[in-house]
Amino acid sequence: MKRNHLNLKSAIIIVLKYFSLLFFGFVAVIPVISCIITAFKTSEEYQNTSVMTLPKSWLNFDNFIKAYTTANMGRAFINSLIVMVCVLIVSIIVGTQLAYVLNRFKFPGNTLIRNLFLFASLLPGVAMQVTVYNIMSSLGLINHLYGYIIMMCGTDVISIYIFIQFMENIPVSLDESAIIDGASYWTIYWKIMLPLLKPAIVTSCILKGVGVYNEYYAANLYLQDKDLHTIATSLYTFVGPMGSQYNLICAGVLISLLPALIVFIIFQKQIYSGITAGAVKG
Amino acid sequence: MATALGNSKKWIKSRKGQQLLICVGFTVIPLFLLFLFTYLPFGQMVKFSFYKMKYSTPVDKRVFVGWRNYLDVFSRKDCFGALKLSVYYCIGALIQLVLSLYLATVLSFKVKAGNLFKGLMFFPYLISGIAIGFIFKFFYTRGFVFDTLLQTLGINIESLPYWLKDQAVNNWSLVATSVWRYFGQNMVLFIGAIMSVDAELYEAAQLDGANRFQQFKHIILPSIKTIVTLNIILSISGSLSAFEPPYVITGGANGTGTYFVVMNEIAHTSQKVGLASAMAVVLLMLIFGVTILQKLFFKYVFRNVDK
Repeated sequence: MKRNHLNLKSAIIIVLKYFSLLFFGFVAVIPVISCIITAFKTSEEYQNTSVMTLPKSWLNFDNFIKAYTTANMGRAFINSLIVMVCVLIVSIIVGTQLAYVLNRFKFPGNTLIRNLFLFASLLPGVAMQVTVYNIMSSLGLINHLYGYIIMMCGTDVISIYIFIQFMENIPVSLDESAIIDGASYWTIYWKIMLPLLKPAIVTSCILKGVGVYNEYYAANLYLQDKDLHTIATSLYTFVGPMGSQYNLICAGVLISLLPALIVFIIFQKQIYSGITAGAVKG
Repeated sequence: MATALGNSKKWIKSRKGQQLLICVGFTVIPLFLLFLFTYLPFGQMVKFSFYKMKYSTPVDKRVFVGWRNYLDVFSRKDCFGALKLSVYYCIGALIQLVLSLYLATVLSFKVKAGNLFKGLMFFPYLISGIAIGFIFKFFYTRGFVFDTLLQTLGINIESLPYWLKDQAVNNWSLVATSVWRYFGQNMVLFIGAIMSVDAELYEAAQLDGANRFQQFKHIILPSIKTIVTLNIILSISGSLSAFEPPYVITGGANGTGTYFVVMNEIAHTSQKVGLASAMAVVLLMLIFGVTILQKLFFKYVFRNVDK
């Protein structure tokens, strides 16, 4: 009798558990699903059917083609790629070097530098842009891809923390034996640290890569020229007169998030571990 | 041990020059960038907050106005008053925290298709803010996705409000998008923390007859309290600086303009750089204050736990 009661109770718990998972899973996907449904509809279908009615043909790519050309997304993909590659290379080199020095050498100012970066991470980006804009414009960095790239390299803190954390687990005895073998500090950094840091570098590349790819606020401020639009800001094309053609807009949105989806499917594990690693900085 | 230490000391001494070179060489660029894009603008922000100026105003034409901008921040209805919207975002953040803790606990144990659920819930985090803006404008438009879903549940569309226009609900609508975007990311964070707990602890507890809730309360919660605390701190300062949902979805119309949306408008559209700087300074002070208070508070709450 008691056993039965217990079974019933655990059965209810299991049902509730799966019900809640299904419900929140549904909540998570439905906005995107509705976008997918709408992106395949012709304008006529879009106007005459309910939003959740499936499109007549799943092979109607007209909206995607039109969105791609009107928002000049080909150009935007190239710009995003240039920005991403440059920002990633610079911030990996600069970040690992700084982490190496901060982790391996004791010198006056070490803690100060760490605190300067920590404090910087507390400042909300939007507030800072009020005056960063002024600096960018007086340096003539507005409407240049390189200006935006430099700014994006200079406002990164999280990856430095990931690097420092990771380096703490690389034994100092490795450095010491290399020194005994006559290696210079540069050699230690370049030949020992950098290769060992590879997992951390992959993690921060993915996280920062996604961040840079999705960044739209500063890109909209500093890359106003149409030819300089990144993928994220190319979506601004749909603000205004085209603002109610959601079949077109949804197609544009889906094109923009396709690369993120692919990266996510391939690097799921690294992304999860990166999220966890970036969070324990406190 | 002592000789090893002595040895390495000797080595370092003989390499002092090289060491200096590498320390300077490796820190100069990041520090320069940090100065240029964080501390210089920070200094300028404080300075500009005492001036009446536009971005284009030449340096000698800027008018010093003393505390005028600060008085404006507190007296203008659209500035400081906008902070009351933070309450919505704060409540949203707490709901998000509880929800993601629950889901993380469920998904940390053996669940069918657990990875699929995790992936589906996490993916919104990887969508750009501007794309989210479009997705939810579409989602909330009268007669579109959300209304259709509710209609299939048998709710009459006449009884539904305009989700983005009606001031009784529009802030909640925006907060919901923020929860939608971040709950999966929070969940992944918590799963990571829960997974780092020794699995034997759960087994032992199960053998002792502890149920899931007891396990949660006595094993999971204590071991992830640091990360939960950190998240509470982040969510409060985060709600003070709430920006993206209204910026990309409503543009701050119909009473959804949070403090930063108003500030952004004042800075980049009206070009009242002085006033915007003062607003930024006020909020930064507020965030520091809140952060310090919270740190002290949690230190006090956890003072016995760490022993």
